[in-house]
Amino acid sequence: MASSADTAGEGSHGDGDGETRRDFLMLATGAFGAFGAAAAAWPLIDQMNPAADTLAVSTTEVNLEPIKPGQRVLVKWQGKPVFIVRRTKAQIEAAGKVDLANLPDPETDAKRALKPEWLIVVGVCTHLGCIPSGTKHGELKGEFGGWFCPCHGSHYDTSGRIRKGPAPKNLPVPAYEFLSDKLVKIG
Amino acid sequence: MSDSKFKNPIVAWIDYRLPVFSFMEHELHEYPTPKNLNYWWNFGSLAGIILVIMIVTGIVLAMHYTAHTAFAFDSVERIMRDVNYGWLIRYVHMNGASAFFIVVFIHIFRGMYFGSYKSPREILWILGVVILLIMMATAFLGYVLPWGQMSFWGATVITNLFSAIPIVGDSIVTLLWGGFSVDNPTLNRFFSLHYLLPFVLVGIVVLHIVALHQHGSNNPIGIDTKSPQDTIPFHPYYTVKDLFGLGVFLILFFGFVFFAPNFLGHPDNYIEANPLVTPPHIVPEWYFLPFYAILRSFTADALIYLPISWLMSAKLAGVLAMFASIMVLFILPWLDHSPVKSARFRPLYKQFFWLLIIDCIILGICGAKPAEAPWTYIAQAATAYYFLHFIVIIPLLGFFEKTKPLPTSISEPVLKGGGGSSSAASTKPMEKA
Repeated sequence: MASSADTAGEGSHGDGDGETRRDFLMLATGAFGAFGAAAAAWPLIDQMNPAADTLAVSTTEVNLEPIKPGQRVLVKWQGKPVFIVRRTKAQIEAAGKVDLANLPDPETDAKRALKPEWLIVVGVCTHLGCIPSGTKHGELKGEFGGWFCPCHGSHYDTSGRIRKGPAPKNLPVPAYEFLSDKLVKIG
Repeated sequence: MSDSKFKNPIVAWIDYRLPVFSFMEHELHEYPTPKNLNYWWNFGSLAGIILVIMIVTGIVLAMHYTAHTAFAFDSVERIMRDVNYGWLIRYVHMNGASAFFIVVFIHIFRGMYFGSYKSPREILWILGVVILLIMMATAFLGYVLPWGQMSFWGATVITNLFSAIPIVGDSIVTLLWGGFSVDNPTLNRFFSLHYLLPFVLVGIVVLHIVALHQHGSNNPIGIDTKSPQDTIPFHPYYTVKDLFGLGVFLILFFGFVFFAPNFLGHPDNYIEANPLVTPPHIVPEWYFLPFYAILRSFTADALIYLPISWLMSAKLAGVLAMFASIMVLFILPWLDHSPVKSARFRPLYKQFFWLLIIDCIILGICGAKPAEAPWTYIAQAATAYYFLHFIVIIPLLGFFEKTKPLPTSISEPVLKGGGGSSSAASTKPMEKA
């Protein structure tokens, strides 16, 4: 310390050339101050993240009992629509037969459905966030028998995969588990 | 542009077109400040920093608060329990209000002790009193928002003050409420105004600083700076001193926030507002207690009410006295016509100053006590003394007080008064100048 600080001698710390004790103190103070400012800012930023009560409702349990084969239902999970489909044999077969090479976002149907009978996907178009039609009876299902997004014309198949249109990705599959044969927990 | 004082070409380019850097350099760096300011001069910048803290935490709280009677209380509890760091942000905002008043009260009494309100700083002082008034309004409005029992009944009592106004009083109260009692319309407008007023405050603080920088700070000796050797640049000397004071303040402040966050609050405000039950003993926040004591002092049988009993009701007299206790500060620069500023050279004024401090503390204690003997009598005497101090004692001192001789310059007491070993070395350059 003394060797670098007292080059100018007689207690006056440096004449501008080389490091001085004052430089060190300035840097240390600056670093300490920056750390303190960041620590003080964090709570003010983090408060915008989901609060505990929001996180507490981040899972949704759905009773599958009343859903008939071929029927599609819409449930709300984390404020978003989730499509649950009890698929028919024909639909499962059709989804399994697709040549992955033809898909914009290649994914096997087996990977997208834990149990082939049940398809569970987030019903938000991966293009710009509209809800694709096809869940309710009589709605357009698109060229591939799945869903059709009316906003910009994206077609999804019976596995919820993007087949045609501007959307880049398949409908995402949320984390879910079967609590029993007839009860599923999404999230 | 080539002769710009800024080395950085981008800074120089901008400053040539928009002189913000020159402005900051002039007002924050080279701004000549008396060299003898003591730590009582820290509280102005401290108050400014607290205002910023209050605005920042307040904006954040408003992201989670719901201004509706059915949801307000629960939304505050949600902030405390569920929102990330919500408990910290709310406790900082809550204790920040108290800290703001402590700091501002010290700032005001500093101004009184050292005569900072005297010519040419009258407008500076008046702007300060305006700031105090707006602060009080903002604090009151904010206290209503959590919609606890104290919120509700505080709002009821304070808005009812206006019913003391003859003839139109009741209509004004209905107007303030937006209904026939404190209710949802009241809560909504209080939230709106509580969000607005701090920004009004910022504007007046700017004017306060403009007025300050016109003639510079007063100082503990209270005589004008006469030459450059009486002053030092604001930066780094007072920025460092203010930062040190800020550090001490923050330690104390966060001591409250972390270890006694509800020490200055009232537990009844954690009971949701109930328009059908008044708490048995309602008190305002501590910073309003002296004013509350003055309000309650005017009863039909009070001695201080007798001289004006033919003119108005005791209720109106109490309300007017409470407002007058602050209004009197507006005319303080003219009530006090002594040519000497600092109490250091006013032996009598100094004693009366401390009596006023004691009087204000007594009023505060009385305000916290229930309205019964002996507190009512003590409060009445203290109220009488409060006004006596400003209306009678201060003007008389201007005539009769024998003040001590003033030094010829700020530097003189430093140079002559046994400065110790270092004084010999430091006198030389000053004599040269």
